[in-house]
Amino acid sequence: MSQSFTPIGQEMPGLDQWDVRHMSQSFTLDGAEVPFTPGQSILEAARNAGIYIPHLCWHPDFPAHGSCKLCVVKVNGRHVSSCATPAAAGIEVKSNSPEIREERKVLLQMLFVEGNHFCPSCEKSGGCELQAQAYDHEIMTPHYTLFYPDRPVDASHPDLLLDFNRCIFCELCVRASRDVDGKSVFALSERGIHKHLVVSSESGRLADTDIDPSDKAANICPVGVILHKRQGFTVPYGQRAYDETPISEQGLPNKETV
Amino acid sequence: MTFQLETASNPKGLRRIAIEPVSRVEGHGKVTLLLDDAGDVQQVRLHIVEFRGFEKFIQGRPYWEVPVMVQRLCGICPVSHHLAASKAMDRIVGALPLSRSAEKLRRLMHYGQMLQSHALHFFHLSSPDLLFGFGSDVAKRNIVGVAQAYPEIAVQGVKLRKFGQEAIRVTSGKRVHGTGSIPGGINKHLTVDERDTLKKDADQMVTWSQGAVDLIHKLALDGGEEFREFGHFESKMMSLVRPEDGALDFYGGVLRGRNADGSILFDGVSDQKYHDLIREEVKSWSYMKFPYLISEGKEDGWYKVGPLARVQNCDFIPSPLAEAERKTFIAARGGGVWHSPLAYHWARMIEMLHSAEVIRDLLDDPDLMEGELTRHGVRASEGVGIIEAPRGTLIHHYQVGHDDLVTMCNLIVSTTHNNQPMNEAVRRVARRYLNGRTITEGLLNHIEVAIRCFDPCLSCATHALGKMPLIVELIDADGTLVDKMVKND
Repeated sequence: MSQSFTPIGQEMPGLDQWDVRHMSQSFTLDGAEVPFTPGQSILEAARNAGIYIPHLCWHPDFPAHGSCKLCVVKVNGRHVSSCATPAAAGIEVKSNSPEIREERKVLLQMLFVEGNHFCPSCEKSGGCELQAQAYDHEIMTPHYTLFYPDRPVDASHPDLLLDFNRCIFCELCVRASRDVDGKSVFALSERGIHKHLVVSSESGRLADTDIDPSDKAANICPVGVILHKRQGFTVPYGQRAYDETPISEQGLPNKETV
Repeated sequence: MTFQLETASNPKGLRRIAIEPVSRVEGHGKVTLLLDDAGDVQQVRLHIVEFRGFEKFIQGRPYWEVPVMVQRLCGICPVSHHLAASKAMDRIVGALPLSRSAEKLRRLMHYGQMLQSHALHFFHLSSPDLLFGFGSDVAKRNIVGVAQAYPEIAVQGVKLRKFGQEAIRVTSGKRVHGTGSIPGGINKHLTVDERDTLKKDADQMVTWSQGAVDLIHKLALDGGEEFREFGHFESKMMSLVRPEDGALDFYGGVLRGRNADGSILFDGVSDQKYHDLIREEVKSWSYMKFPYLISEGKEDGWYKVGPLARVQNCDFIPSPLAEAERKTFIAARGGGVWHSPLAYHWARMIEMLHSAEVIRDLLDDPDLMEGELTRHGVRASEGVGIIEAPRGTLIHHYQVGHDDLVTMCNLIVSTTHNNQPMNEAVRRVARRYLNGRTITEGLLNHIEVAIRCFDPCLSCATHALGKMPLIVELIDADGTLVDKMVKND
């Protein structure tokens, strides 16, 4: 669960006095000492210490999912998902290294070519986590050949639109609908390259589910798949989530916007 | 419909010359000429070779995305598409009328665009021809040459454009491809700082625009008969005018058409009824359609749009300096109607002056900084949005389903209306200047000068200034390359 911390001290601005007293164990992250409490993941411990590790499928309200792999770090020579790897005393973690940054960049580029991400006319632009990560990783082109998958939109619901073109399979909507809303409106179907988001109704249409616009699932999509109808582009430039500060700053505990 | 010089009676055995691409215009087009053994022109066509397909792929998208998506048609006057689509979508969401603030902010955005687009066209794209001569040294005949010979004019061109772009930025969020206008209104007010930044330079822009009108006025007088006769053809014309008094209005109004002699052909036609007025014809050799007035038929129903049509179609211009210049312009034709392609430049600068005056006056209006931004009313399933874009009347027409997705889209962009007029001008010029002569780069530039008068945006997308090579190929009847000339590569 997300917590609020009062920054103190120079090296670990995200920690307060309580943390310092109760964290006797630590590991190093890019050379810096990071304290942790047993059971915390590397990603969580780093966040609490004010160090951002990029992620897309991880969310403070849900258990680690480990599917997007964007939070990859190098631990004692092995590449692991930092959201799903417990912090351990004395380990050496590399996150902001050229090698790891390049690996994340490739993962992001593959996400871009796998779907149809047309940022110039996407209403999520400026508030999209995928786009924000791409900016942070200085991605100028998709680099790989675009797949151009055929993914028709579902506009059947009176208040919500599903634009599957932009799905990155983070399953946040699937988890939110099942674990918080108790409705299981969404699911992933098939595997590998054929994997896609489906709606759990007999017709397959969102209108035939009991989803409500106020549900957690309707408000958690990090990209532009689950959208509230007739709201697009009402927020002007300069006031969108990532216009002023990058996701690497906003993704820290006391700035979480998700 | 087939026009003189559009199709040679016996194309076999004719020499073919292609001007590709046409330079110093927006987008990519080419001109082909077929010449007989005597060097006389038998066929001239302006081809638009880019295919955009927006009408198709906008189908199935949510209606609120359309104003942002369609502006990607063009990087030069995207605001036109942004606003024409928004106006159509205002009808879908039942926002009639818009709030005062929304309409004024949109007007500021649009008149900013008229100013920047007209400045770009006159100073950067056309002034080299007008200041140095159509057949002058090609190495000098560009904006760099203008900057060296007439530094003040070049700087004014750049700054006028920048001012217009700033008006767009503060209303839409970005200088190019912003998101300000949304169905039912606009998404932000102007801040006091933004208003003051524009206001500081507004008077200077009016002064410089007046200077530009004076310059083209002088060039027109100096040009004498050549200015009046170059590519001259007569046609009908069409534009929007303000419904209540026939004033010039770029943002909206009713459709009015005039015959070539200046008499009224139709008036007061609602923008929602454009399809009762206009139909489009397709020809196999161009991706650009040929619109015509249904009542006049395919042969006679073509017409011109843009500055020359607007300035003569309206009853008056609702700002004092531009209105005075309009009267001077009309008087210079001795009571007749201007049809000279080069007169487009003059009319365009009068419009730029008007835009500068409108922006200056709008900036004093408190509605820009406060008040209701959006409205919604009874939902409709169909909407037309028409706006006077820099290059002429721009029509956007959509149908939207109950699920909010677009089911039909029809766009008639400004340059499309001018398709036949441009072809006509090019043919007149080709016959007058090329017949029986050795073809040189200077002579071929005459053809481009005629096209540039209309400020065509051939793709509504690309913008390459001074970097596009002009390639002229001479091909014999068997398709063998006889000669090739390349400049500026």
